[in-house]
Amino acid sequence: MPNIHVDGATFERAPDETVLECLERNGVEVMSSCRTGVCQSCLVQAVEGAPPAAAQTGLRDTMTKQGFFLACCALPEEDLTIDLSGAAGREHHPIVTSIDKLNDRVVRVRCEPDAPIDYFAGQFMNVVGPAGDVRSYSVASVAGLDSYIEFHVMLLPGGKVSSWMHDGLNVGDTLTLIGPQGACYYVEGSPDQPMALAGTGTGLAPLYGIVRDALRQGHSGSIHLFHGSVRADGLYLVDELRALANEYENVFYHPCALEAGGDDNGIEIRAIDALVEATLPELDGYRVFLCGHPDLVKAMQRNVFLSGASMGEIYTDAFLPAGGASKA
Amino acid sequence: MSSLYEQLGGEAAIDAAVDKFYRKVLKDDRINSFFEDTDMERQAAKQKAFLTFAFGGPNNYTGMDMRKGHAHMLEKGLNDSHVDAVIEDLAATLTEMGVADELVAQVGEIANSVRDDVLSR
Repeated sequence: MPNIHVDGATFERAPDETVLECLERNGVEVMSSCRTGVCQSCLVQAVEGAPPAAAQTGLRDTMTKQGFFLACCALPEEDLTIDLSGAAGREHHPIVTSIDKLNDRVVRVRCEPDAPIDYFAGQFMNVVGPAGDVRSYSVASVAGLDSYIEFHVMLLPGGKVSSWMHDGLNVGDTLTLIGPQGACYYVEGSPDQPMALAGTGTGLAPLYGIVRDALRQGHSGSIHLFHGSVRADGLYLVDELRALANEYENVFYHPCALEAGGDDNGIEIRAIDALVEATLPELDGYRVFLCGHPDLVKAMQRNVFLSGASMGEIYTDAFLPAGGASKA
Repeated sequence: MSSLYEQLGGEAAIDAAVDKFYRKVLKDDRINSFFEDTDMERQAAKQKAFLTFAFGGPNNYTGMDMRKGHAHMLEKGLNDSHVDAVIEDLAATLTEMGVADELVAQVGEIANSVRDDVLSR
């Protein structure tokens, strides 16, 4: 029988014993509930070895690609090394190479990793601040296109890490990053599928990465990118995104804001959820990505689901405030 | 004679039904207020577990789960009329998918069998 490796220990699997049963028999605690592959409580990750396909039924493709599987349904035919931490990720120490203002409140921080970091555009990484505070930032760069890792950092009132990244961080400094994590990213295999992406504020960062990653992989289906802000001058990368939409005939860029402000030429004054609904009233068959303010992500998730998008095709990344899950 | 679960098409049929059913529930003004603050992905997983049960599929159903899971809704006034609405939405979903009336009735019966647990009676 193949073995199961966890945290440096090795357990021999008994015949017909699931991974979950094997771990429990050896005193390893794993959360579980239905034990029939429905509730997904016993989700674990194989970091080495291929989990059986039957134990990945019903999981999102972004999860199966990272080796996640359901321990209760797994009768593996080869040795598996299992991570029970939910993929907290490894630590990296890249050097900051540029810090650029994208608007009054957002800076773009780019850094060169000391060793290649394996990530998907749209995942997030935890940035460790000078006092040990940790905040999550989505990766806006694309592995395979960019040598750097890019973050968009919004200055938040009282934000310990964001104010340090705006005012205390310098080119040449070393950053401490942990990750990557998250399941909000592009997966190849359906190049014709239409896509809708909507984000507010720095919710653009993962979406910008996902759009460029999709194009890099030759995505030919339509790609609608909605970016919303309170004021029109809270948007950023407007020129770059307009250029991208001009370059690719399948890319459509929809900037919007609740109030005018600054140079708002061509920016729709409308709430982002209303604009998505008016532009794409029928979302059956779409893959949808929603990032940014948690209330808006939630409202849009409901709207796009009722507009016909399948729940399994809706990927969300709500930026929770520090104290919650500390996403900035 | 194959089982109800097999006749309905097994897990593939459940996957096809769960989005349609959940959409009906969210659009149903009789019951959608109970689902206003829920995590939609978790709720969809629960709907799938419920449909698997109602389809006569593999499950570890315990009345306790149903009681615990609906206790907070009882405080908000959950009663028989809401259970009726859910069973109605489920039947309408299956009928739209072309399931024969006789099978729809069997699913309705299984769903109805948890009524007392849901209402903590």
